[in-house]
Amino acid sequence: MAARLLDVQDLRFAWPGSAQDCLDIAALQVAAGETVFLHGPSGCGKSTLLSLLAGVLLPQSGRVALDGVHWGDLGASARDRHRVDHVGYIFQQFNLLPYLSALDNVLLPCRFSPRRRDAAARSARSLRAEGQHWLSGMGLDAAVADKPAHMLSVGQQQRVAAARALIGQPGLVVADEPTSALDEDRRDVFLDLLLSACAEAGSALVFVSHDRRIAPRFGRQVSLPQINRAARGLETA
Amino acid sequence: MNAGFLLGLAWRSAWNRRFTLALTVCSIALSTFMLLGVERVRTDLRSSFSSAVSGTDLIVGARTGSVQLLLYSVFHVGAATNNIRWSSVEALEKLRGVAWVVPLSLGDSHRGYPVLGTTAAYFEHFRYGEQQPLALREGQRFSDLYDVVIGAELADKLGYRLGQRITLAHGTGEIQLGADHSDKPFTISGILARTGTPVDRTAHISLEAMQAIHVDWVAGAPLPGMKIDADAARAKDLTPRSVTAALVGLHNRAAVFSVQRQVNRFGDEALMSILPGVALDELWDVVGTGEKALLLMSGLVALVSMAGLMSVILAGLNERRRELAVLRTVGAGPWQVLALLALEGSVLTLAGIGAGILALLACGLALNPWLQASFGLTLHLGQTTALQWLLLAGLLVAGWLASLLPAWRAYRLSLADGLSPRI
Repeated sequence: MAARLLDVQDLRFAWPGSAQDCLDIAALQVAAGETVFLHGPSGCGKSTLLSLLAGVLLPQSGRVALDGVHWGDLGASARDRHRVDHVGYIFQQFNLLPYLSALDNVLLPCRFSPRRRDAAARSARSLRAEGQHWLSGMGLDAAVADKPAHMLSVGQQQRVAAARALIGQPGLVVADEPTSALDEDRRDVFLDLLLSACAEAGSALVFVSHDRRIAPRFGRQVSLPQINRAARGLETA
Repeated sequence: MNAGFLLGLAWRSAWNRRFTLALTVCSIALSTFMLLGVERVRTDLRSSFSSAVSGTDLIVGARTGSVQLLLYSVFHVGAATNNIRWSSVEALEKLRGVAWVVPLSLGDSHRGYPVLGTTAAYFEHFRYGEQQPLALREGQRFSDLYDVVIGAELADKLGYRLGQRITLAHGTGEIQLGADHSDKPFTISGILARTGTPVDRTAHISLEAMQAIHVDWVAGAPLPGMKIDADAARAKDLTPRSVTAALVGLHNRAAVFSVQRQVNRFGDEALMSILPGVALDELWDVVGTGEKALLLMSGLVALVSMAGLMSVILAGLNERRRELAVLRTVGAGPWQVLALLALEGSVLTLAGIGAGILALLACGLALNPWLQASFGLTLHLGQTTALQWLLLAGLLVAGWLASLLPAWRAYRLSLADGLSPRI
């Protein structure tokens, strides 16, 4: 088995002010380069788990380690740095800064993370060319690259967001229902492109969705209600 | 982090929201304009008020209230209850320490503007503002009996020119009581330069002329059947019998209290004398409520505009929550988000204050002639008061704080929202 990229052990998390645990997960591992489909009904804590995996939230107890570094061991700004170095993030929608061009949006992580800038530069291309490369990897041609983001269609915006998540080849790409705003055809094209681009970048993908039809395309399927002991406790109570 | 990139980002983000931000700048500019403008008007109102008379050590009149004496002798408002006899004026001149006496005789008007009977000494000794003497804009002082020297505002409002003939009316006020001095018309011999004081509204004639137009009058009414025409009046004895008040200058200001005591104890007639500065302060206390209201208004304007600024930025923040979350996902730290917002806030505040000052200067330049003509108020926009600087500093700090609060909220939100803002 490949090296563990993500390692969750005995995670317990409750929102402040809530007596009930929101998440209680004994173990969850993601290997480098693996693609994981995380599903569950709305409100079961999928986005919360993603925030915990990306070190935005810290669990009350337990370990969440990314690339061997436990989020809880880092200070706030070190977490910010570690996150941008190792995690690419795709939202459901509104991923882009509307006033920047598609290409400038793609290059944003390289502006904030020297590590991802260096990784992008190592591929022996200019930063711009590297941005173009990931855009075309997501099926967007050069004409789109210089368009301001607010001129793009929703499908194009999601592809730009994916290119941005992949530039500098972070170890982990987290996608929070990125296809929910797309119709079926666009969804399939987007998934094809995203999965092949992740394979090229060597990035693991944690993909959250409630749409079970796309589940077979991923290396592994995880049902959050099944691994979340807090949810089971609720059902039996 | 690359500060240049952040600055560029701030600029492009701001440009993207330029219409909202322009509104914010306008609201800050407006409040700067209001605050500084009100303060300027307040200061200049007070100074134009207290510059009405200077260089005069004592004002002497019949016994009355000191504010009342000041009002009618200097501001030509209201009427004297009693006159003082000419012999008393002559006695004043002989008092020890007295350098000059300028008699003032009031009670007539020209189309609502007061007429002042006085002597040539008035033009020598009267001072306004900071010891400025009266200057003639055109023509000369009265030399002939029926010459009149008019103030600048009177000339401009009524469009009078040198050599024009005007008639005076008995009594003050716009309403003609049917009794006038049209039988003895006056010729405009001079027009005074603008002073920003009641002098601008006054028509000046000699005491003899004042006597001449009343030579066929008794107790405020023309004597029936007794008509003395203008030329015949010249032959009469035109020594004034009484005047309304007198301005007194001393050789040495230190003697002012001893002279004041002598006047107040004057044996032949009940007289009183006042120090113009003291009376001006008393009068300002009376009308100063308006000034305090202005100051209060300034404060309220400042408060409201700061609240407006804060609400505009806070409202804009919700609009930007998504943008800030995106910035956070691509690696901008909360401090960088905070810096971005604080930078924008301070630049907006500075731009607004700058625009407000420019607007005030432009407005001042455009409106000064009108203010001067209609209110006798000159705005000294070049001058700054300590309070103005304080207000400016207050605006700057308040504007900056008003932008820091939303920045702080954005910082908290960016931590609480995590990477997926709940909107």
